[in-house]
Amino acid sequence: MKLLVTFSRKKGSKPIIAQVVRDTGVLINVERAIIDSSEGEALIDVPDDQCQLVRDTMISLGATVHLLEHGISVNESECIDCGACISICPREVFSLDADFKLKVAEEKCVLCGKCIEACPQQALMLPL
Amino acid sequence: MHKSIDQINERIRDGTARVVTAEEMPAIVAELGEFGALKEVDVVTTGTFGAMCSSGAFLNFGHAEPPIRMERIWLNNVEAYGGLAAVDTYIGATQQSDTLEEQYGGAHVIEDLVAGKSVELRASSRGTDCYPRRTITTDLLLEHFNQAIMCNPRNAYQRYNAATNSTDRVLHTYMGVLLPNCGNVTYSGAGVLNPLSNDPKLRLIGSGVPIFLCGALGMVVGEGTQHSPAGGFGTLMVTGDLKEMSQDYLRAATMTGYGVTLYVGLGIPLPVLDLDVVRATAVRDEDIPVDLLDYGVPSRSRPAIRKVSYAELRSGAVEMNGEEVRTSSLSSFRKARQVAGELKHWVETGKMQLTLPTRLIDSKKPVKPMHQSVKGPRVLDIMDRQVASIGEDEEITTAAKKLLKGETNHLPVINSDNILVGIVTTFDISKAVANPGKAHLVKDIMKKKVITTTPDEAVDIAVQKLEKYNISALPVVDGGHHVIAMLTAINLGKLFGGRWLK
Repeated sequence: MKLLVTFSRKKGSKPIIAQVVRDTGVLINVERAIIDSSEGEALIDVPDDQCQLVRDTMISLGATVHLLEHGISVNESECIDCGACISICPREVFSLDADFKLKVAEEKCVLCGKCIEACPQQALMLPL
Repeated sequence: MHKSIDQINERIRDGTARVVTAEEMPAIVAELGEFGALKEVDVVTTGTFGAMCSSGAFLNFGHAEPPIRMERIWLNNVEAYGGLAAVDTYIGATQQSDTLEEQYGGAHVIEDLVAGKSVELRASSRGTDCYPRRTITTDLLLEHFNQAIMCNPRNAYQRYNAATNSTDRVLHTYMGVLLPNCGNVTYSGAGVLNPLSNDPKLRLIGSGVPIFLCGALGMVVGEGTQHSPAGGFGTLMVTGDLKEMSQDYLRAATMTGYGVTLYVGLGIPLPVLDLDVVRATAVRDEDIPVDLLDYGVPSRSRPAIRKVSYAELRSGAVEMNGEEVRTSSLSSFRKARQVAGELKHWVETGKMQLTLPTRLIDSKKPVKPMHQSVKGPRVLDIMDRQVASIGEDEEITTAAKKLLKGETNHLPVINSDNILVGIVTTFDISKAVANPGKAHLVKDIMKKKVITTTPDEAVDIAVQKLEKYNISALPVVDGGHHVIAMLTAINLGKLFGGRWLK
């Protein structure tokens, strides 16, 4: 499952992700992270059965955690199935099916948002 | 064997005409042979659905009381042409809103009207004896117009070159988002279903021929602007009644960083008169090549990296420099199929009968580039030929003295062969002085990646480099990479001295 973790770095810079890995023993896959001097945001992928454990540990260390149930969403009434998003996506989320209709492998999405500006119809949106 | 247009129309009226799409035709010809296909098939329908920037609509508002001769006209804050007498206008698809810029434009006004939404008209006038009114504001629905006639000067390109980007930056173009270092390829066009690719000799498509235009019964006006069938890039001017159109086949769009455009669904039925028509309509995606162009080169003649066919483009990836690069279509093949399918239904049910052109379109002419009587300024017109440069093995202090003496902020760095190898700025020197460390020589602190220009380059291109890389000077180099001049932001001031800007 994918978790969006945000944390403040004001009170010292605790290595939250490293700490959680050590304390829980869960191998966390960091799919995307933006960390600067004052705050950080990381999108992590953890095994389903250990999600609650990771989540609770992160929260106890002062992070805010959102469970991401959805990847990028497609507004079906705007989408024209052109495929402009296909080659932009770094995770190969998009493809065309046999009928040339856009297919979205939501589970692969890391919510980077690169496809949003590539869509001529403004049919793509991030959840949250 | 030959079938006449009258025989085909008679079958359409009887409901016995055999109509197929251009996508189905190659297999039919392969199965039945050319002669068999001619006997079997009466009409081949084509279709395309893609961004067609050169589109718009003529609108007639009727007269207000008291009447106004509208001179400046806005629809939802998008300016429309005001040079067409009192109460007519032309709204162009790519015109952008004064307030929302690329998020809303003429294409959106047209789509909103077709979708049944109301659009605000604002217009102004000087006022005349016969038209005393000076301003008007009113909300209008499509039904309030006397005429709303789509007339698109350049639609239905026969094919379109594919695009990639060799630079190290993301480019935002009318060919969509192009990733750096040839990270993706974009293309547009319906290939096998494209109307002109199924009639490249323009025997069947010409003035007066009935077409499917955004869901309406439209018509070919004649050749489109930039029509260039000699190189396989024919275009059509088309028209149709906006009031009969459907949002299913007409969509406004924004190419981020480029602007507004209109996606148009357009299809043309082709009567299968003879073997030549059979052969032409048997065209497949693999038979239609286009050039893969490098949009990283900001010139009219972009270099072609290789030829690719629509079949390769549609496969999802093309090979470039030994690597598989993913492709994105900007036009919708699914929608193109729907257009060809809907048109097939129209002909089968007798909603549309066919005609031959009342006037043929030239099938051989090439397009000419713009005649430019005044050449724009080039770098050599404004560059500073006095160059202070420094050797890469010189001391930093020597560089500092040169900068002071030359009253400049940039020193190109050259090697023993006088070839440009780097650049140092006053900032680099200050940094080296403020943090004294191991660096003593120019080559220790210089920036090795130098953005350069050439004497022949257009100033506009050089200015784009200054802006994009956020720098204030460009060394001007010759073919051997020797620095022959500098172009700095200060030199650009010469442009405003009246020599180039009249």
